[in-house]
Amino acid sequence: MPDAVRLRGRSWGDLVFRGAVTLGALAVPVLMGFLVYELWVGARLAVERFGVGFLVTSVWDPVAGQFGAFPLIFGTLLSSLLALLIAVPLSLGVAIFLTEFAPERIRGPIAFVIELLAAIPSVVYGLWGVFVLIPVLKSSIFPFLRDTLGFLPLFKGPIYGPSMLSAAIILAIMVMPYIMSVSREVLLAVPPSQREAALALGATRWEAVVSAVVPYARSGIIGAIILGLGRALGETMAVTMLIGNRNEIAASLFAPGYTMAAVIANEFTEAATDIHYSALTYVALALFLVTVVVNAAARLLIWRVSRGRPTGGRAL
Amino acid sequence: MNRQRLRRGISNLMVAAMGVAVVLAVLPLLLILGTLVVKGAGSINLDFFLKMPVPAGETGGGVANAVVGTLLIVGAACLIGIPIGMAAGIYCAEYQGSRLALITRFVADVLNGTPSIVVGVVAWTLIVARQKHFSGLAGSVALAMLMIPMVMRTTEELIKLVPNSLREAALALGYPRWRTSLAIVVRTTLPGIVTGVLLATARIAGETAPLLFTALGSQFMGTNLNQPMAALPLTVFTYATGPYEEWHRLAWATALVLIVVVLLLSVVARLATRQRFERRG
Amino acid sequence: MRSLLFAFLMTTPLAAQSLTGAGATFPYPIYSKWFDAYARKTRVQINYQSIGSGGGIRQFVQGTVDFGATDGPMSEIQLAAVKGNVVHLPTVLGAVVLSYNLPSLGAGRLKLNAPLIADIFLGKITRWDHPRIAALNPGLTLPKTDLIVVHRSDGSGTTFVFVDYLSKVSPEWRSRVGSATSVSWPTGLGGKGNEGVTQQIKQLEGSIGYVELVYALSNQLPVVLVRNSAGQFVEPSLEAVTAAAAGTKLGKDTDFRVSITDAVGPKSYPIASYTWLLVKADTPDAAKGKVLRDFLAWMLTAEAQQMASGLGYAPLPGDVAALVRERLKTLKAGGKPLA
Repeated sequence: MPDAVRLRGRSWGDLVFRGAVTLGALAVPVLMGFLVYELWVGARLAVERFGVGFLVTSVWDPVAGQFGAFPLIFGTLLSSLLALLIAVPLSLGVAIFLTEFAPERIRGPIAFVIELLAAIPSVVYGLWGVFVLIPVLKSSIFPFLRDTLGFLPLFKGPIYGPSMLSAAIILAIMVMPYIMSVSREVLLAVPPSQREAALALGATRWEAVVSAVVPYARSGIIGAIILGLGRALGETMAVTMLIGNRNEIAASLFAPGYTMAAVIANEFTEAATDIHYSALTYVALALFLVTVVVNAAARLLIWRVSRGRPTGGRAL
Repeated sequence: MNRQRLRRGISNLMVAAMGVAVVLAVLPLLLILGTLVVKGAGSINLDFFLKMPVPAGETGGGVANAVVGTLLIVGAACLIGIPIGMAAGIYCAEYQGSRLALITRFVADVLNGTPSIVVGVVAWTLIVARQKHFSGLAGSVALAMLMIPMVMRTTEELIKLVPNSLREAALALGYPRWRTSLAIVVRTTLPGIVTGVLLATARIAGETAPLLFTALGSQFMGTNLNQPMAALPLTVFTYATGPYEEWHRLAWATALVLIVVVLLLSVVARLATRQRFERRG
Repeated sequence: MRSLLFAFLMTTPLAAQSLTGAGATFPYPIYSKWFDAYARKTRVQINYQSIGSGGGIRQFVQGTVDFGATDGPMSEIQLAAVKGNVVHLPTVLGAVVLSYNLPSLGAGRLKLNAPLIADIFLGKITRWDHPRIAALNPGLTLPKTDLIVVHRSDGSGTTFVFVDYLSKVSPEWRSRVGSATSVSWPTGLGGKGNEGVTQQIKQLEGSIGYVELVYALSNQLPVVLVRNSAGQFVEPSLEAVTAAAAGTKLGKDTDFRVSITDAVGPKSYPIASYTWLLVKADTPDAAKGKVLRDFLAWMLTAEAQQMASGLGYAPLPGDVAALVRERLKTLKAGGKPLA
């Protein structure tokens, strides 16, 4: 900087500014440090008593002080994977349609409307799920499934209403906008030359998409799916209102289940013994670690495809 | 030639299937909004906003305390979360390569994906257990923890978009570094940051899980953040899971109010972003 | 006077104290009525959150609330956690009833006995047309549908009362499941709070669950006639609950932690219970201690106890109320008696 341009007091302003923003930036890792520390301290009692076996044992008995989180982990994974099974074909179908096939003018508005689904609070999904979705499922769709596919253990047994399948369906609706939105971004990042080359070789529009565009964006799409998984794993309110809150592994999808997030919501304020409280914090810690790993994997995959593309004001 | 027709047929079939997918994807939103309007709109009147809740099982009453509670809790969360988020975002954009920026960016991404129930647990151990009482403030802290990474990322991305030539011009004109950053933030990116903030606010206004063990809830009007407080999402949850028809009626109405506010904020935010990008060409 | 203006006035510095309590959902309807009436009378705001007895005990032990509420008395371990600094004060009597959703029964009333109830909740009986149920209910046409059990998903005093009864009448239950505010249920769906269980029963045809009487009454749910130890099928009425309490005489030095399930007497309802407020015997905050004590004194008046019977809870028997009044005099703050 030429001396003539230096203004008096510049060093003070710069120092204050730099100090302020540095403090802000420091706050983030510090906050995370608190988070991990508090979770660890709270969980320590349970970790010491149950060890890693906590994750694979099934007894959850507050009376006897015995806790094992396997049905919770199973329920969390099953509900999320089922939700993906439903949401991924839908989301990808919509994303591909909106990037490759839809008329120009409706692309924006439709994407917008679907993304609005992401703004609906979880508890509102729960409310709608309990009073609208479950009665419909219980009266028509579940009995139909039991009548047609009842030879499979998946669709046997009494139909309660609140169940693993109900929770999976509401989760699917909740994660769909995320998968669709990120897939769409990823597909838009594919160079048009890919599609054009396939078309030039005589492919139909569908074949061009399937053989040239999607494989190019494959890791990004997988990233989008894993992002959806990450969201599904942590969902609390809608799940606890629809899943039946039963800490057991059942073969039937019509049976109630339980997830890690739901058990924390239900039992945390009333864990009457220290070991119960610690077991719940252990569950929270496990849930945290799982979502960290899943989200990190997702972002890595997405970054690889849409590298360098500005994401603008979108805070996903 | 038959093969060609088959392939084209498949192509058209798949396009049609995807069209069905779009309809199926749009359907839930319409159904949910429709149900909320049908079941909730009738209960929304002045009484609903101005009256306090009545004892369990009785009829009448409103959600005045929950409205005030949400405004206060979310307001406090914004007061905490926005400055920290923006400061962190500015740092990461201005000092991009530094170690702190890399760490902060990574941590913010992790925080973004953290389930809100886990954040609620942490806020309980950090504040409620230590203070030995529930409080709206603990709820605000939990919500702020959710808000900070969102605001940070938005701020950072927008500031990074500003071309360096603008910065260099300002510096060449003799602006000190700090004024350059602030002037750029104010003049060019503030609209985008505001929309990001609106989106983050909309997201935390609807959160229930972090408030379950922090704000706890209250039947009374509370203006003291250091006490348990009511909040709209808590009201929806308590009333929806209860047995009284009266509670269900209020739950629908409250959910409708909540969703209108959240959607309004989101729509305004996205429309503003869209316009801004379109103007830039 | 529930206007917004009044509500805001209540929050000004001129307004009186506020207390926070949490716990049992069992007495929530009467507590919410009491606290509302008391606030209008004295401007003291008592914020009560019904998070379940387990929560009430936990938050009381943690010290995050001014008082707790539970229908399952604290265990020895929990008492040790607060070093004995707690008084259990009974407030009303209530009944845990079995409610069900069987529209096809119409006005007919289901009768069940203890072994049958235990086996239903043990998961051994899964259909409504089971011969054992039919044997007890010759006049009813039972549907050929699944029997769905609903229990509590949270830590509950209502659960405690129910499983305490089951443990007394079923050796298999006692050894397999046991008795506490939160047990490992052999079968069924979980609902949060009495509110949640009532909700589930209302929504699910073919379900049966246990709830506090008032929840069944205010939601027009049918109630099972349970066979008591004298062999009578008893309706869970105020008289039957009071009869159950009369069977257990409390001594002057009682700590009030008594169970009145499976009570003797031909008119006794077998699944009845006191519900308690947990108050510090010696509180560090004298002002709050006094405010709480004043409320408790009001709670024992005829005015308040009549509100209880109006809702379906049995008021405290005269001798028990007298004992509670005496116990209030022993509450201390910082070692000294309250003003």
